[in-house]
Amino acid sequence: MLEIRDLTVEVEGKEIIRDLTLNIERGEVHVLFGPNGCGKTTLLMALLGLPNYKVKKGSVTFKGVNVTYLTTDERVKLGMGMSFQHPPGIRGVKLGDMVNIAQGRKEETIDEDVIALAKRLNISIEFLNRDVNLGFSGGEVKRSEILQLLAQAPDFIMFDEPDSGVDIENIELIGGIMSELLDRNKMPSKREKAGLIITHSGFIMRHVKADRAHVMLEGRIACSGMPDEITKNVMENGFERCVELCLRGEDTEWREKR
Amino acid sequence: MARKEIIEHAGRAKTKRAALGEDIAIEGYIAGEEHEPLNSLDNFPEEYQQDLLDAGIEPSEKDRSGSFLQQDCSVVYSKVKYPGLELMSTTDAFKKHSWLNDYLWNAVPVDMDKYTAEVELEQTHGYFIRSEAGKKVTMPVQSCLFITSDKIGQKVHNIVIAEEYSELHIITGCSVSHAVNSALHLGVSEFYVKKGAKITFTMIHNWSQGMEVRPRSAVVIEDDGTFISNYILMTPVKSLQMYPTAYCVGRNARATFQTVIYAHGDTKVDSGSRAVLQGEGSRSEIISRVIATDNAKVIARSDVIGEGAKAKGHIECRGLMLSDTAEVDSIPELKATRRDLDLSHEAAVGKVAEEEIQYLMARGLSEEEATSVIIRGFLNVDITGLPDALARETKKMFDMSLEKVM
Ligand SMILES: Nc1ncnc2c1ncn2[C@@H]1O[C@H](COP(=O)(O)OP(=O)(O)OP(=O)(O)O)[C@@H](O)[C@H]1O
Ligand SMILES: [Mg+2]
Repeated sequence: MLEIRDLTVEVEGKEIIRDLTLNIERGEVHVLFGPNGCGKTTLLMALLGLPNYKVKKGSVTFKGVNVTYLTTDERVKLGMGMSFQHPPGIRGVKLGDMVNIAQGRKEETIDEDVIALAKRLNISIEFLNRDVNLGFSGGEVKRSEILQLLAQAPDFIMFDEPDSGVDIENIELIGGIMSELLDRNKMPSKREKAGLIITHSGFIMRHVKADRAHVMLEGRIACSGMPDEITKNVMENGFERCVELCLRGEDTEWREKR
Repeated sequence: MARKEIIEHAGRAKTKRAALGEDIAIEGYIAGEEHEPLNSLDNFPEEYQQDLLDAGIEPSEKDRSGSFLQQDCSVVYSKVKYPGLELMSTTDAFKKHSWLNDYLWNAVPVDMDKYTAEVELEQTHGYFIRSEAGKKVTMPVQSCLFITSDKIGQKVHNIVIAEEYSELHIITGCSVSHAVNSALHLGVSEFYVKKGAKITFTMIHNWSQGMEVRPRSAVVIEDDGTFISNYILMTPVKSLQMYPTAYCVGRNARATFQTVIYAHGDTKVDSGSRAVLQGEGSRSEIISRVIATDNAKVIARSDVIGEGAKAKGHIECRGLMLSDTAEVDSIPELKATRRDLDLSHEAAVGKVAEEEIQYLMARGLSEEEATSVIIRGFLNVDITGLPDALARETKKMFDMSLEKVM
């Protein structure tokens, strides 16, 4: 579904993503670990084609279409979606309006459809009527992002730290909806969606089963493997050590460069 | 003040320049010819019907407690449908109520500047609206001051009184026909909110590029009285300067000003709101949203003066710049004269945030659509204090005027 080839991305004249290659097939969910500032969010923003993220090299192919130079809304129309780590607040634009927009409706009122969706995330009508992200608590931001994705129902979904700052019960709630959005509850052969999840704690992995995990260091995929193994290694030994462990014995290109 | 004295004061202020705004020459404007009275608003010429609608006026008078229409310098329609409500031209009101002299130039000084003086000396009507004590007129009164002829100088004096524990909701539109190249509107409005009473005043200015406009408004609010003003300007205007002032003289008197200005073309606006908090526990809130594009120049002022014990005032002014040739000056002022006050302001002027556009694009909107959603949101002040139906309608009027400019 998504094919990233030798991707190099610059932000504000600074190279953040370097020669990154990654494939995510239809039906797959991948997890991305990595230390603060290594470029995880930058990768997602670049995949979505946000204008400050300049592709210097390489390509992104989505559903067989070369989307490297398409605008964000064009990519969204093709079926990409993302939950933001730190979404901006917009004065006068309500969460309910965002849900309508995500659903592609011109509706201006917050109707029964929207209310029903919100209810699934324990979001009240009053909350739908608040300006989006303004004064939202950390956990509320995450639920609001998931609600918008639920309305949008993209085919390829990127989640930027959906579990950071979320309490245990809400992680379960969010995880349930994410699984649904990602077709995790279907038989593997019936899965049509795909996803990429960034997490630091790995908590969300208890509720959303992934197929593959990667560790990013300095803008590159430093190692990849089975989610359980990588998660365990990262949690117990840290990123660098995890990469070392997982590369032991395989003399990779990355190691030589180091 | 006796009438004679008032006229003397006005005479002396005839050439007095206003404290703010460019000095405009008011001599060349005329009263024009008298227009025939109407039997109903529906009979107003077809070509002007849209202008009425744009100014928030409902020609069918559905859900209105009364209607008033002044065309140029003639009052062509005035009708009350609701007991407890009085509505007529100020000229008629003075013939009817001798006590009205006590209200004349009591909130706005007649010698404030040459514009107030001119309205006293050359007055061409205006409206008088009054709700009787205890009468809650929940359906809005609509009034429209309309200019249809070139070179007209409209010099109105409006007086609005909400007697004790009564309620008045006013929708008022000032409009000008497309055929008018240049005209002048001087409007003095004096509001009196008596004990426990409430006035909401929603004003839509629907001017055009040739209009020079100098409103002079003030409000006196007694104990537990409430005054809420919603002001909307979406069309260009040559020059507009105003600084309505609410005097919260009574205990717990409350004043709210909400202003929404979309300034485009060569519009020049100097618009402010002032609250003087004299009564103990009185409160004010001043909210303004200004968008400036093309070559528009806007000065957005706001001023709260705290004098009474435990008075509380807040100012929130936001400006949005859509062009590099436009200009916004945001000038919030606070003046405290004692310790137990709570006065605050927030002011911000900026452009449409890149980040917000991208966020909306990530939900599938094009850049253009995203910008328009943000602008709508920016202008979306929740109109508070209006009865539900009126709030909905005001929102509709507001969306309509927004649609036209975007
Ligand atoms: N607009 C920008 N201007 C300058 N530097 C930027 C900008 N955006 C990102 N960066 C830098 O790029 C690097 C990668 O940032 P990114 O947000 O992708 O990290 P991350 O892996 O998501 O980190 P975290 O785990 O803290 O969320 C950081 O050093 C960051 O400061
Ligand atoms: Mg990040």
